[in-house]
Amino acid sequence: MIIGLDVGGTHTDAVLFGSHGLARDVKVPTDPDNLYETVLTALDRLLENQKARDVKRLVLSTTLATNMVVQNTLPPVAMVVSGGPGIDPEHFRVGEHYYVVPGALDHSGREIEPLDEAQVKEIGEKIRAAGLPYVGVVSKFSVRNPTHELRLAEVLAPFVERVFMGHPLSGVLSFPRRIATTYLNAAVFPVHRDFFSAVQETLAKKGIGVPIRILKPDGGNMNMASSLTYPAQTILSGPSASVMGAIAFAPQDRCCLVLDIGGTTTDMAVILDGAPVLAAGGIEIGPYKTLIRALQTRSIGVGGDSVVRVRDGRISIGPDRLGRALAYGGPLPTPTDAFCVLGMADGGDRERAEKGLLPIAEALQTSVTEAAERVFTEACREILAAAQQMVNDINSRPLYTVHEMHEGVRIQPDQLLVLGGPARQFADRLSSLFPGQVRTVPHWHVANAIGCALARTTCEVTVYADTARQVVTAQGEGYHEKIPSGFELKNIREVALDLVRKKALARGANPEFVQTEVIEEAQFNMVRGFYTVGKNIRVRAQVKPGLIHGYDPVSETLNRSDL
Amino acid sequence: MLRATHKTGLVFFPAFDWAIDPTHPEREERLLYTQDQVFEEGLLDIDGIVELKSDLVTIKDIQRVHFCVPDPWAVITESHLISAGGAKTIGMAVLDGTIERGFALVRPPGHHANRVVHGARGFCNINIEAIMIEYLRRAYGIDRVAIVDTDCHHGDGTQDIYWHDPDTLFISIHQDGRTLYPGSGFLNEFGGPNACGTTINLPLPPETCDEGFLYAIEKVVLPILDEFKPQLIINSAGQDNHYSDPITNMSFSARGYAQLTSLLKADIAVLEGGYAIEGALPYVNAGIIMAMAGLDYSHLREPDYNPDRLRQDADVTRTIEKTCNYALEIWRKRSSIIHTVRQKSGCAERQRQIFYDTDNILETQQEQIRICDDCAGALRIDSVSDRGVRILGVQVPRKACQACIDQARHWYEDADRNVYRHIFLQDRVKDQYLERKI
Repeated sequence: MIIGLDVGGTHTDAVLFGSHGLARDVKVPTDPDNLYETVLTALDRLLENQKARDVKRLVLSTTLATNMVVQNTLPPVAMVVSGGPGIDPEHFRVGEHYYVVPGALDHSGREIEPLDEAQVKEIGEKIRAAGLPYVGVVSKFSVRNPTHELRLAEVLAPFVERVFMGHPLSGVLSFPRRIATTYLNAAVFPVHRDFFSAVQETLAKKGIGVPIRILKPDGGNMNMASSLTYPAQTILSGPSASVMGAIAFAPQDRCCLVLDIGGTTTDMAVILDGAPVLAAGGIEIGPYKTLIRALQTRSIGVGGDSVVRVRDGRISIGPDRLGRALAYGGPLPTPTDAFCVLGMADGGDRERAEKGLLPIAEALQTSVTEAAERVFTEACREILAAAQQMVNDINSRPLYTVHEMHEGVRIQPDQLLVLGGPARQFADRLSSLFPGQVRTVPHWHVANAIGCALARTTCEVTVYADTARQVVTAQGEGYHEKIPSGFELKNIREVALDLVRKKALARGANPEFVQTEVIEEAQFNMVRGFYTVGKNIRVRAQVKPGLIHGYDPVSETLNRSDL
Repeated sequence: MLRATHKTGLVFFPAFDWAIDPTHPEREERLLYTQDQVFEEGLLDIDGIVELKSDLVTIKDIQRVHFCVPDPWAVITESHLISAGGAKTIGMAVLDGTIERGFALVRPPGHHANRVVHGARGFCNINIEAIMIEYLRRAYGIDRVAIVDTDCHHGDGTQDIYWHDPDTLFISIHQDGRTLYPGSGFLNEFGGPNACGTTINLPLPPETCDEGFLYAIEKVVLPILDEFKPQLIINSAGQDNHYSDPITNMSFSARGYAQLTSLLKADIAVLEGGYAIEGALPYVNAGIIMAMAGLDYSHLREPDYNPDRLRQDADVTRTIEKTCNYALEIWRKRSSIIHTVRQKSGCAERQRQIFYDTDNILETQQEQIRICDDCAGALRIDSVSDRGVRILGVQVPRKACQACIDQARHWYEDADRNVYRHIFLQDRVKDQYLERKI
């Protein structure tokens, strides 16, 4: 049996999934001040009368780290960065304990200025004196040559409990994002560790011995042990749970738009030929732009409980939510009340909804029923407009080769998959506005938790080789080796695929079914003067986000004896 | 939080799969390290800096500027459509107001491409700035444009295209043509008989440093721009004046380029040459982007930057001062120079030979311009290459007077089909490009 659990802003959804498919699902309200209790309540209810030892896999998606970042409750951590020439690193300051030190590498990873170790030691003393247990170290171009970060970590280690380095987090170039990501990693670490250790311990007492897996915003998961090294990679995983819940139902050869319509927001994403479209950069959260790999998603403040108003004779929906719908005792009219008036709701106080919509109808000089129709249509229109904007954004991503320009595929979704609380009602109206097929995802109310349960372990590596310097570097793998000068793209491709496989296994992937692929590769002759001195080779490989092996989307069952 | 004070757009098209040949300076690798530097600095994440996706130019856009022999497809590759498209994308975004300024960081370059194109010269096939400008004039009704070419090589192609156009000010600052390709761009090249003074050349001696370049900008370029009052300023931003460039002899630095960019305040910059791809381009390009966006670039320097070794010789300084004074004098006396140039009424002629170094073609050209006080003048070009193809190109300029329209029509219609393989009419009034068939 597999448990999938998704902590949302309003509700926490959990499912128990077995060989016969969905065995049980529960929905409990989220207490943002006590996520631990929320998670345990959901798990307790899910496991009532079930054998805990049958649980072979458990995947959680929580808002723990997200909330800390958004609410600005991150504990102070120290940062030591070395930039060298370029933009003054002071501009990328995070926190009060931020030190810029000498030391620089160029774009090929060659040292252009050494570190000043004596100064770094002094900073170490200051950090210890300030009582900070964690420090992040980042140098510009460290993904091309991690030597400076490794040395900084070594020098600072005696002064702190733990040092977090920048280069293991991502192979993507961006010094400012590397600083922000390293900072978040260090700052989120203690709470992340305490929370999941506590959950794990409690589960052990209940007889669930399998290690927890944690969902990531790229639609994959990693095991608890890896998450302690990369805790920031669990931030903003919520939208990816929904996408993974829908992915089994997306066609393999078309472009599909996923809409997760909740109470407060609608999250959207695109699935192209059966795989989710990844964001070009990393996630952005609060003031931080990061290197945390994520699905391309967009969230707008239109949901079932968004406040409906009339402004200048036009209906305006959201982006705020002030509690539940009127029909369920809330304070102001919402799209849910419109469903209620139109007789589409499963429950709720229809009279209260009608009364609440009356001022809207009056402002629009129409009947309550017509007002409800218009609220409903407007909500759908806004969602589709935002989705089109996201599609346009994907289509306007810059391309860097003639080949790509020539291929120049433009995506245009012709399928719509809807999930979330009011999915059924919305799908009905969306089908009259969307020029394509509209479907609700089976088990639409808990599909996000099913997505958690069935998401596979993902990861990515970037390998950079310079055959003139005879070095190959892969971020995060502690991999910085000598190579023969005759190495070519195919050799580096092998290195990358091998590394990504090892990394996936370390993160808890199933060794029998690790599907690796190269997502980007390029090889350049390096010419100095008029002679070729070597090759500059770059390869990115990944385990693509998808569902675990053995899941059959037609019967919605799992054919795996080990789970 | 870092924020651009001028909203700046970037088109970055490094053409990672296009090269003239594998070890040619104009090869796949050229913007690789620039991309690394721009990405690692996080420049594209800064508030107020946006990356735009390059659009393509059309054949019509090319034909508005060039006479391609025998046709555009024969002289370009797809990469040229994209690189010119990058410039066009930036131009449109500036005029649409979505960005305040923009930089087309594209390759291949274009400033050695003349009006007639038989092939590639100086690594250029089509003139990407001119294609952008003529598109913007057509689509947005722009009239007066200034181009400041800061590539180390004389922008002879752009000069050729705007030689007769009094509404386009072309200023080229470059290494003295006696010491560098293409061997032109002297002070006495100041425009055709209808456009005297709107071509300005500032040939600078080898070893010119930051000081010399900035002097020329402040003393000559800025005052002339001020007086000309262009609606758009375009910088042909070649980066081969850098002290480490392998094919030139100047001593300009990345910070110098950034300062030049701050002074010039160009609306649009378009990358031209620059072949110190590891040691200079990453820093120069970062500097130009930062300067355009109004960001502090005082921390920017090359790894081997040593200002003490980049001091200008007193001789060099004196030569620069003399050149600058002379150029300013030409500008001030431009209306009286016209009388000297127009020795006779009717048409003026010039005969030239143009060598296409990249493709090894020799072109012989006979050019006739109708001397006109009312417009840029009808233009007739009789061009033959050593490959034996002879063509006639006739141009009706933008804003042409009736007499020039009639003259151009006459040239086009009366040309002898037995003499010319192709007879072209580029009519900028009607925005038409015609080839006369039998």
